Amino acid sequence: MSILIDKNTRLVVQGITGRDGSFHASQMAAYGTNLVAGVTPGKGGTRFEDKVPVFDSVHAAVDATGANTSVIYVRAPFAADAICEAAEAGIRFVVCITEGVPVRDMLRVVPFLKERSTRLLGPNCPGLIAPNSKVKVGILPASIVLPGSVGVVSRSGTLTYEVVYQLTRAGMGQSTCIGIGGDPVIGTNFIDCLRMFQGDDETEAIVMIGEIGGSDEEEAAAFIKEKVTKPVVSFIAGQTAPPGKRMGHAGAIVTGGSGTAADKIKALTAAGVPVARVPSEITRLVAQSAPALKRA
Amino acid sequence: MNIHEYQAKEIFARFGIPVPPGTVVTTPAEAESVAAKIGKPVVVKAQVLVGGRGKAGGVKIAQTPAEAKEKAAQILGMDIKGEKVQKVLITEAVDIAREIYVGVVMDRRAQKPLIMASAEGGVEIEITAVEKPQAIKRVHVDPLYGVHSFAARNLAAELADNAEQAKPMTDIIEKLYRVFMETDASLAEINPLVVTKDGRVLAIDAKLNFDDNALYRHADIEAMRDTDAEDAGETTARAEGLSFVRLSGNVGCIVNGAGLAMATMDLVKEYGGQPANFLDIGGSSRPEKVVTALTIITSDKSVRSILFNIFGGITRCDDVARGLVTAFNQMDLKLPVVVRLTGTNEKEAREILKQLPSLHTAETMDEAVKKAIQLAA
Repeated sequence: MSILIDKNTRLVVQGITGRDGSFHASQMAAYGTNLVAGVTPGKGGTRFEDKVPVFDSVHAAVDATGANTSVIYVRAPFAADAICEAAEAGIRFVVCITEGVPVRDMLRVVPFLKERSTRLLGPNCPGLIAPNSKVKVGILPASIVLPGSVGVVSRSGTLTYEVVYQLTRAGMGQSTCIGIGGDPVIGTNFIDCLRMFQGDDETEAIVMIGEIGGSDEEEAAAFIKEKVTKPVVSFIAGQTAPPGKRMGHAGAIVTGGSGTAADKIKALTAAGVPVARVPSEITRLVAQSAPALKRA
Repeated sequence: MNIHEYQAKEIFARFGIPVPPGTVVTTPAEAESVAAKIGKPVVVKAQVLVGGRGKAGGVKIAQTPAEAKEKAAQILGMDIKGEKVQKVLITEAVDIAREIYVGVVMDRRAQKPLIMASAEGGVEIEITAVEKPQAIKRVHVDPLYGVHSFAARNLAAELADNAEQAKPMTDIIEKLYRVFMETDASLAEINPLVVTKDGRVLAIDAKLNFDDNALYRHADIEAMRDTDAEDAGETTARAEGLSFVRLSGNVGCIVNGAGLAMATMDLVKEYGGQPANFLDIGGSSRPEKVVTALTIITSDKSVRSILFNIFGGITRCDDVARGLVTAFNQMDLKLPVVVRLTGTNEKEAREILKQLPSLHTAETMDEAVKKAIQLAA
C-alpha cells in the first residue's frame, strides 16, 4: 500500500471553481483519483464538469458523498479557515496547496487539528502521488512518476519533480512521493513520513530532500538512526544560501547561524545516511544503498 | 521584512513598552537641534537593517548638541556591511545599571511562540546561547491562551533584582508578546532592556522582523519598508511576484521553484562556478515574468552568462519559451544564455526556441550548469 492516500481515498476539493482548483481537479480525476465532491461557498447545487457535485460547505459535501480527504486551493487569507472547516466536518486528512499562509494562522490551526485527530499536509506544498494505486492529491505532475517502491519525501516542489524524474529515468519507480511544504509551521514533517514509509510494505527505499532552515532534517537524522531500517538517501538544497535571507520558501532561511545546509548534512552523515552532493547523484546512491531494489 | 530601530520603537511605544525619547534625523544640523531639545547627553545611532552597527562604529555618545552634530556627521553616509547610513536616531543617553535580554521568536519545532530572556543582555543572544546556554530562560506560549500572567511574573522574577523592578518587567514581557502576535512578527526583541541607575526599566534598543506572508493585513507596517536600504533587484522582483536574492558570482540563474533554484545555485558552485543570484520565477510562466527576471539579472554588471533551469510541472515549458522569445525581441541581450527546459510541453518549447539560434540548450541540469560556467569564464 501507498501511504496516506490509496484507492479508498474519497476526495473533496475546496476551491474547486477557482483557476487552480478546477485545473487540478480535472488532472487528479484524469489520473484515477476518486473525486467525489467540490466545495465553493455560494456555488452549492452546481456540478463541476457536469459531473462532480459542488457544495456550499465541507460538512454538506461529507454528508452527501462520504468524502474522507480534502485538498485546498483557496487563497492564502482564507486557507487556515478552510483547513479548520475540513477538520470540523470530520475529514481526517487535509492537504493544503496554498502558498503564503501567515504563520500566526498556522499556530492556531495546529492545536485545532490535534484535538480532532486530523492530519494536515502543507501548507505551501505540492501534495502527494501514489503511482501504484494511480491516486494523486495536489499538483505533482503524473507524467514524471513510475510505479515502484521508492518513497520520496521533500520540502520542495520542482526540486522533487527533478529528483522523481531522474528516478523514473533510471527505472526506479516510486511508492508514494510527498511534498511536505516549505513553510516554517507545517502539519506533517519528515519524521511523520519516515515513520509511515518504514511501516509501508510497498516501500523498499526512501529519498529525503531537505533544505536550509529549521531543524527538521536534524531531527529526522536522529529518528532514522534509531527507527528506520530501510535505506535512506538524502539531498539538502541551499548550501550556497547567504545567512538571514529568505530563499523563496518562507521557511528556507538561515537565522543566527542555525538551519545551515552544512549542519543538516553533518547530522545525516553521522546517522549513516548517504547525502548526494548533486541531485544527479541520488539515483546512484539509491542503487548502492538498496541493491535489491526492483527496477522497471 | 525588517524595519529600523526607530520604527520598532514607535510600535513598542504604541503598545505601551517604555522607550527613551528620541527622534530620527537625516542631517547633522537636525541632530544638533534634537539633542538641544532633549537637553541631556544623547546617543547617535545609525539606522541600518544589517546587524553589527555598534562594532562598525555606528553608535556614538555625545555630551553636547555640538558634539551630536559632529558625531552625526561622522555616522551619516558611513558604509555598514554594504548599507549606506541615511538616518540616525538621536536618543537620550541613560545611565545603565543593568542590561537584560528579552525576545519572542517562533519555535518551529514546538510550533509555538517562545519567549527567551537572559539577565545578561547587551550581547547577541546567539552568542549567549553558545557560551552560556544556562543563562537563557525559555518559556513557550500556547497561542490560544497567550502569555499566562504567572508565566510572565515568574520569568520577570528571575531577571529582576527586586520586586520593584519585577513589576514593570512583567508588564513589558506581556506587551512584547502582544507586539509579536498582533503585528505578525517573526522576531520581537529588546536587547538590551535596561534598568537605569535611577530605577527605570527601558527598552533602549528594539528589533522587529515580520512574516512577509502576513503583510497584506498590516498596511501600516508595509508602509515602513525602507526600499532605499534594500537591494534594488529585490524591490523590482517583489513588485512582479518573483523571489530574488543577490549573490556575488557571475552566473545569473533563473529557475522555477525555490528548492530547484537553491539546488541550481549549489550546482554552479559544485562545478567550480559562482552563482550571481537566487531567482525563483514561481509557478506561472507569463512572458512578462521572464522579461522582468532578465532585466534584473542583466542590470548586475558582474553577470557573464545566464542560466535558465525550468522543470515544467504546472509551469509549461512552451510558456517559458514564448517568454524568452518576447524577451529576446524586446531586449538587446548581449550575454550568452543557456536554457534547460524539461517536463510539460518540452517538445513544443524546443520548436519555439528554434527561433533563437544564439541560445545554448542543454538536456540536463548538470549539462546546463557546466555550459553556463564555461560561457561565464
